[in-house]
Amino acid sequence: MLYFSDLLQYSDVFLSGLKTTVELTVLTTILGVVLGTVCATVRQYGNRASQRVVSVYVELIRNTPFIVQLFFIFFGLPAIGMMLSPWEASMIALTINLGAYSTEIIRAGLASISKGQIEAAKVLGLNFRQTLTRVIFVPAFEKIYPALTSQCIIVMLGSAVISQISVQDLTYAANLVQSRNFRAFESYFVTALLYLGLSILLRFAFNALGKRLFAYRASN
Amino acid sequence: MSLVNLHQVHKYYGDNHVLKGIDLDIKAGEVVSIIGKSGSGKSTLLRCINGLEQYQEGGITVDGKEVTTEDIQVRRLALSVGMIFQNFNLFPHMTVGENVMLAPTIVLKKSKAEAETTARAMLEKVGLADKFDSFPEKLSGGQQQRVAIARALAMSPKVLLCDEITSALDPELVGEVLKVLEQLAKEGITLVLVTHEMNFARDVGSRVVFMHQGKVWEQGDSKTLLSNPQTDELKQFIGAVL
Repeated sequence: MLYFSDLLQYSDVFLSGLKTTVELTVLTTILGVVLGTVCATVRQYGNRASQRVVSVYVELIRNTPFIVQLFFIFFGLPAIGMMLSPWEASMIALTINLGAYSTEIIRAGLASISKGQIEAAKVLGLNFRQTLTRVIFVPAFEKIYPALTSQCIIVMLGSAVISQISVQDLTYAANLVQSRNFRAFESYFVTALLYLGLSILLRFAFNALGKRLFAYRASN
Repeated sequence: MSLVNLHQVHKYYGDNHVLKGIDLDIKAGEVVSIIGKSGSGKSTLLRCINGLEQYQEGGITVDGKEVTTEDIQVRRLALSVGMIFQNFNLFPHMTVGENVMLAPTIVLKKSKAEAETTARAMLEKVGLADKFDSFPEKLSGGQQQRVAIARALAMSPKVLLCDEITSALDPELVGEVLKVLEQLAKEGITLVLVTHEMNFARDVGSRVVFMHQGKVWEQGDSKTLLSNPQTDELKQFIGAVL
């Protein structure tokens, strides 16, 4: 028999876990995309040396497991004097991870902007920064928006791993509850549903944001 | 006094010698058509005049100032040289009005109201006043190109460079763009066009420059030159395009 009602007394635990996951997701999505945008711009338009630095960062992160990155930051860095709380370590690890993946995605968007657009901006007298922010970014992000938002959701789901360094996120709550009442099926079932709900909610939010950002397409 | 002056300009793409010592002098108010086969260096020549392409030898001046590809120089140049492209290159995420207002507001630092007044006047001039709030992809090619002209005019350039601006248009849309150019020519704006529109070059242009193998092969008054070409190459070219 299944006893979902046994979870009710732990609803506070689940809610607080959910809150932590949502907070970390919102924060790291913003920071990660900003980091990715900066790195993609450097990789697409920067000089040879700075392009190489970005490449090393991107390949390093994309070719190692997230949990190892997280453990390195949380358990490894104290050896060189960087003590971070579990929450801080998670925030940094998630941001760096999303930053690397989004660099590649955003760079594809930048590469899709025709040379003609950039030349048109140039002959109108715009400087490079103005060309980036006014002419390049919006159409570039429009092209890769679905891929970028999917990556953000992947990182949100991947954040379950941070329960391993005792950040009290949603997965931590599930572990805690099932260790108290041994209702593993119920506990993880509900947790899975909560993650699913969170994903759907995020997609809705991204879609709404996309409609606003790329309103010129909707005008058709 | 000359507005645009090229003196012995040489340009190489690697080993490829594209411009072989170009001398050209354009006075304010002239309408100069540059014609020639593809690969003769016409577009490259045009792109050297506003610093989009680097040249290796010789000198170019616009309004007395030297042209280089240095970023800051290109931007200063943008204040006196406008350019219109074959593929329009309107910014797709901005309305027609925003396209025209962009450079006046962020480069010339005009107020929004002032830029809008100018933009509406320029769009009126090209016959698209009613498209102020439309997005470029809703317009026909001819309309898009006219917006591009308005966008360039909003910076009140001393000279307008047109790089095959009717080549990407359906034949029935060419006329509306040429009509705008003709109007501009009448108003006395200096135009330098790379074009295949021989009738336009003859009827509206004041001078035709025929380029062949990276050189100015023959040039002169448009009507005289096209009806009475001197070199075999130009005769052949005119025979092929007319």
